[in-house]
Amino acid sequence: MSLYRPPKKIGAIRFGLLSPETIRKMSVTRIITPDTYSEDGLPIDSGLMDGRLGTIEPGQRCKTCGNRIGECPGHFGHIELARPVIHVGFAKVIYKILRATCRKCSRILLSDEELEDFKKRMDEYEKKWKGLSEEISDELLKKASRVSKCPHCGESQFKIKFEKPTTYYEETKEGLRRLTPIEIRDRLERITDEDARLLGINPKDARPEWMVLTVLPVPPVTVRPSITLESGVRSEDDLTHKLVDIIRINQRLRENIEAGAPQLIIEDLWELLQYHVITYFDNEVSGVPPARHRSGRALRTLSQRLKGKEGRFRSNLSGKRVDFSARTVISPDPNLSINEVGVPIDIAKILTIPERVTEWNIEELKELVIKGPDQYPGANYIIRLDGRRIDLRYVRDRKTIAESLEPGFIVERHLKDGDIVLFNRQPSLHRMSIMAHEVRVLPYRTFRLHLCVCPPYNADFDGDEMNLHVPQSEEARAEARVLMRVQEQVLSPRYGGPIVGAIQDYISSAFLFTSKNNLLTKEEVCQLLSVADYKGDLPEPAVKEPQPLWTGKQIFSLFLPKGLNISLRASVCRKCPGGCLKEKCPYDAYVAVRDGQLITGVIDERSIGAFQPDSILHRIIKDFGTDAAREFLDKIGKLLIEFISRKGFTMGLDDVEIPKVATIRIQEILKEAEEKVDKLIESYRRGELQRLPGRTLEETLEMQIMKVLAEARDKAGDIASEHLGLENHAVIMAETGARGSILNLAQMAACVGQQSVRGERINRGYRNRTLPHFKVGDLSAKARGFVASNYRTGLDPIEFFFHAMGGREGLVDTAVRTSTSGYMQRRLVNALQDLKVEYDGTVRDASSRIIQIIYGEDGVDPAKSDHGKAVNIDIIIEKVLSESEQT
Amino acid sequence: MTENIQKEIDKKLKELQKNKVLPPSIIEQLREKLSQFKITKKQFERIINEIIKAYKLALVEPGEAVGTVAAQSIGEPGTQMTLRTFHYAGVAELNVTLGLPRLIEIVDARRNPSTPMMTIYLEEEYRNSEEKAREIAQKIEMTKIENVAKNIEIDLVNKRILIVLDPELMKNKGVKVEEVAERLKKLKKGEIIVEDNVIYVERKTEKLPELQRLLEKIRNLQIKGIKGITRVVIRKVKETNEYVLYTEGSNLAEVIKVPGVDFARTKTNNIHEVAEVLGIEAARNVIIEEAMGVLEEQGLDVDIRHIMLVADLMTATGEVKQIGRHGVSGEKPSVFARAAFEVTVKHLLEASLRGEQDILRGVAENVIIGQEIPLGTGSLELLMYTLRRKEEEGSSG
Repeated sequence: MSLYRPPKKIGAIRFGLLSPETIRKMSVTRIITPDTYSEDGLPIDSGLMDGRLGTIEPGQRCKTCGNRIGECPGHFGHIELARPVIHVGFAKVIYKILRATCRKCSRILLSDEELEDFKKRMDEYEKKWKGLSEEISDELLKKASRVSKCPHCGESQFKIKFEKPTTYYEETKEGLRRLTPIEIRDRLERITDEDARLLGINPKDARPEWMVLTVLPVPPVTVRPSITLESGVRSEDDLTHKLVDIIRINQRLRENIEAGAPQLIIEDLWELLQYHVITYFDNEVSGVPPARHRSGRALRTLSQRLKGKEGRFRSNLSGKRVDFSARTVISPDPNLSINEVGVPIDIAKILTIPERVTEWNIEELKELVIKGPDQYPGANYIIRLDGRRIDLRYVRDRKTIAESLEPGFIVERHLKDGDIVLFNRQPSLHRMSIMAHEVRVLPYRTFRLHLCVCPPYNADFDGDEMNLHVPQSEEARAEARVLMRVQEQVLSPRYGGPIVGAIQDYISSAFLFTSKNNLLTKEEVCQLLSVADYKGDLPEPAVKEPQPLWTGKQIFSLFLPKGLNISLRASVCRKCPGGCLKEKCPYDAYVAVRDGQLITGVIDERSIGAFQPDSILHRIIKDFGTDAAREFLDKIGKLLIEFISRKGFTMGLDDVEIPKVATIRIQEILKEAEEKVDKLIESYRRGELQRLPGRTLEETLEMQIMKVLAEARDKAGDIASEHLGLENHAVIMAETGARGSILNLAQMAACVGQQSVRGERINRGYRNRTLPHFKVGDLSAKARGFVASNYRTGLDPIEFFFHAMGGREGLVDTAVRTSTSGYMQRRLVNALQDLKVEYDGTVRDASSRIIQIIYGEDGVDPAKSDHGKAVNIDIIIEKVLSESEQT
Repeated sequence: MTENIQKEIDKKLKELQKNKVLPPSIIEQLREKLSQFKITKKQFERIINEIIKAYKLALVEPGEAVGTVAAQSIGEPGTQMTLRTFHYAGVAELNVTLGLPRLIEIVDARRNPSTPMMTIYLEEEYRNSEEKAREIAQKIEMTKIENVAKNIEIDLVNKRILIVLDPELMKNKGVKVEEVAERLKKLKKGEIIVEDNVIYVERKTEKLPELQRLLEKIRNLQIKGIKGITRVVIRKVKETNEYVLYTEGSNLAEVIKVPGVDFARTKTNNIHEVAEVLGIEAARNVIIEEAMGVLEEQGLDVDIRHIMLVADLMTATGEVKQIGRHGVSGEKPSVFARAAFEVTVKHLLEASLRGEQDILRGVAENVIIGQEIPLGTGSLELLMYTLRRKEEEGSSG
């Protein structure tokens, strides 16, 4: 085994222009022929596919470095241009420089004193405020471009005209005179190094004349690999196509010059060469028709390769493809721990962990090697001391190879239970979108996860897929286990409260389980507790005769840590207007836990739900640690699921049925409301409606109508909910916060209500009416999208159509929102990602600039805070006082 | 005895504050809470120790990527926000941009928010009666001739412009006919004749377009009020029982000059205006307050520290900088960081001319070249010397 060498680190990267000499020096060959391959399919020497430029075919060796594909980095060639051409990217800079320098002596058109002044300022800026010196250059360029006579040689200057993309003219008295790239290059060449610096060009890394190309580097073939189609036809890369064009024109231009062809022809060819070089660099320059492939598709040349979301930077450099990853559909498994992820056995056999052979694990690993890649648990590769990698798929006799194992070898073994892996669901909007889980290898083909970790991933099981990554180094695994494990991420740094927690059925079940009328027999208690892995004694039964019965609260308390004290109001709390009766709450909505015993109150979303700060779950994590919280969620989760499975919990059409009398009353209310609306319209027509300040008459009418209809809907809903009691499963879900809302229920049972588009009643469609079923100008409730029916009885066609309009707007809205908020987040992350807390407690950016003296004004990490508070003083005071009471 | 303890507590708390063991906010709370209980000295000491312990446990760890966490904490709930631009704030008559569009506006540091708004508090003598408040409102609200006229038209026969003023509107806005006439005279565009509620502007010209242009000008002629403030609404605030003015449009510099305005409490939602008038620290506070307000209104729970960090970054240079290409992100010293964000090619070309050097201190740069990022566990550089192979061999064989 090679000894550990500290990895080399890149300290800095410097940017600059390539000089013609450098281009020639780094080139392995000059490219002359535009042809790529000869008839027998071999690359032509001095052609664009010259063997010295690198290897692209497997098995082939590079003619320059002798390496095979993968190892050979590729080597540059070069093209000698017959005439210089402008580099498009710098066309504007060249223009600015031409304007600011003398046409004869190429000095900046400012007097020596002025230049000295600029230089002084620049020196000072560079020392003090790096980055600001470019502003000085801009100022200088502006100032110098206004001068009409050179202060150095006295030459009078012409105005320079720039025509996109790369044409320059001098406005002489005789008329426009075109400047050839040769002239331009001459002028740029004469600029002194000192002047160049003032112009904002660092002469060490970029002489101005290098912006005019005389030699063109030809990128290695590894940058532009050709692909062989199934039919055997070779298809060249876009860049190769473009280079072929350049070489062809370059050759013709050279031949014509040498043959002494007329100036006009030479100029035309020169222009053509310029065009090809422009499109080679950037095929989206305005004013230049993009170079096209034979099929008519625009070529993807250098600039396009770098740019944008699919460009090199964002797609290959900022984000990279990885090995040791898997992706499949997810499904729920309430029997896992929140820390675990179920991994399909087929995936476990492909993903591996490198394990070093030591004298303590050699026997174990030998067995894995013998099992090989197809049996689980086995191993896929062995890496020997000399670094040779043995693929166990192709080893005939694995027993012998297993025997050859010695300490220091590395065995790439299959994933097994307890390994730590990273689990991720896109979009990764916050850090809880990637968390570390422990592997549980399971049959079938989906990833399995605990339902309580759905909220941080924002996952459901309607076909969602998730990714899994296997960290390969010991450091990575340690970091994942200590920092990224689900139980360490339960508290969200967004608000300092739990983000992992019970959802849906867990909450319904908790409510039913802990409500007052739930009494359990010994048999039931024992079965539930055994499912929940409870090991301990049963508490004293709450009812002893005729048979021992336990309350749900008693059993629930068994899982609360001793010493837990908390009071809160449950989701079912009615917020009684007369003030809270606390422990004597008639709805049992006041949750009181004393020393780990649930005294009163039902458990629902407020106590154990996800996104609930200051809940029971939150207190357990804060006061008893993450292990306690994990255990609590795991055990109570299993218990609650078992309980609700035994009890049964469904919802159907009957659940939203209300008695006939109620239906009639609802209809009366709706009718009244519609009449009221008609009256409003009537008074508006008569001009008796009072205008609200700052609103037009029409707006006032709309507002009032909407108000009347909303009230009617609410009233209808209230009547419906009068007839839907807490024995109704749908109501339980809504009241406890498990799923849905009372509004949803009202829409199903009573009345759907007003549909809206853009926050207004529906008013689009035909001229002054929504549908041809109505009279022109009909403003009544029905004609403007009020749905008086409910979902249970169904909507009539007109209502249905309005409902679809409102629904469509909702869909469009979400689609638009995701993209705009995604872009905002990308910008935020990009601007803030370098900020970190230093050892002195300051927050600084990448260049060590102080952004905050103390993070967040008190130095408290929101993730470690108590719902934003640095310290929960109340709890500490209470704790100390009660402790001293006891002693 | 109890007095003694109280003194003791005060002394200790002051000491803690002076030595910066605990932040002022905790000490303040502690002082308030402790006064409600009767405690012994021993208990007090235990409480203090527990609190110091808890506080130290809650501190950020060095290397923590607070920036990324802040950005995610603000960005993640963005998907849950409404896209509806208009919403009714506390005052039903005024429209205010809220939700995601407003949040984007704030981080973009737009020079002109889509719905500029001011909350103007009044001084003692004006805040208690509606009439007095109206007095100030009239001074502030920008009133154009159009706003007080029943009709403005061109009298083609006599080549003049005829303005019919509405007495009711005039009273409402507190404008007198003479004032209007005075203002028109200042225009020097013709002779002004006042007849009751009608004003004529005599303009001896044959050209119709000229008259039309003048008409437009007169329509928009500002008679009184402050530029930019198009509407003022007076409301009584329940909590403090005082009258407060809410305005559409904002002009902080002018409004705080109006006598009777309590400028210390007066607010605007225009960040740049605050930065210019009151300075960068005030602008930072406005950013925090506005962003917090948007999130709270949407019912989203986001820790204020995240927003503070964004605000501090935006104002770190002394002027309000946008989050994005034209601000914070575009001014990063690293070429790679800029190129990886937006307008890739431009940054690369510029960097090459200037011979820029990327010293690879940020996150994006190190990701690009495939090195460990300098945050969190990557912010330490620890070099481990392992045994040389030779020595190892020597010792074992």
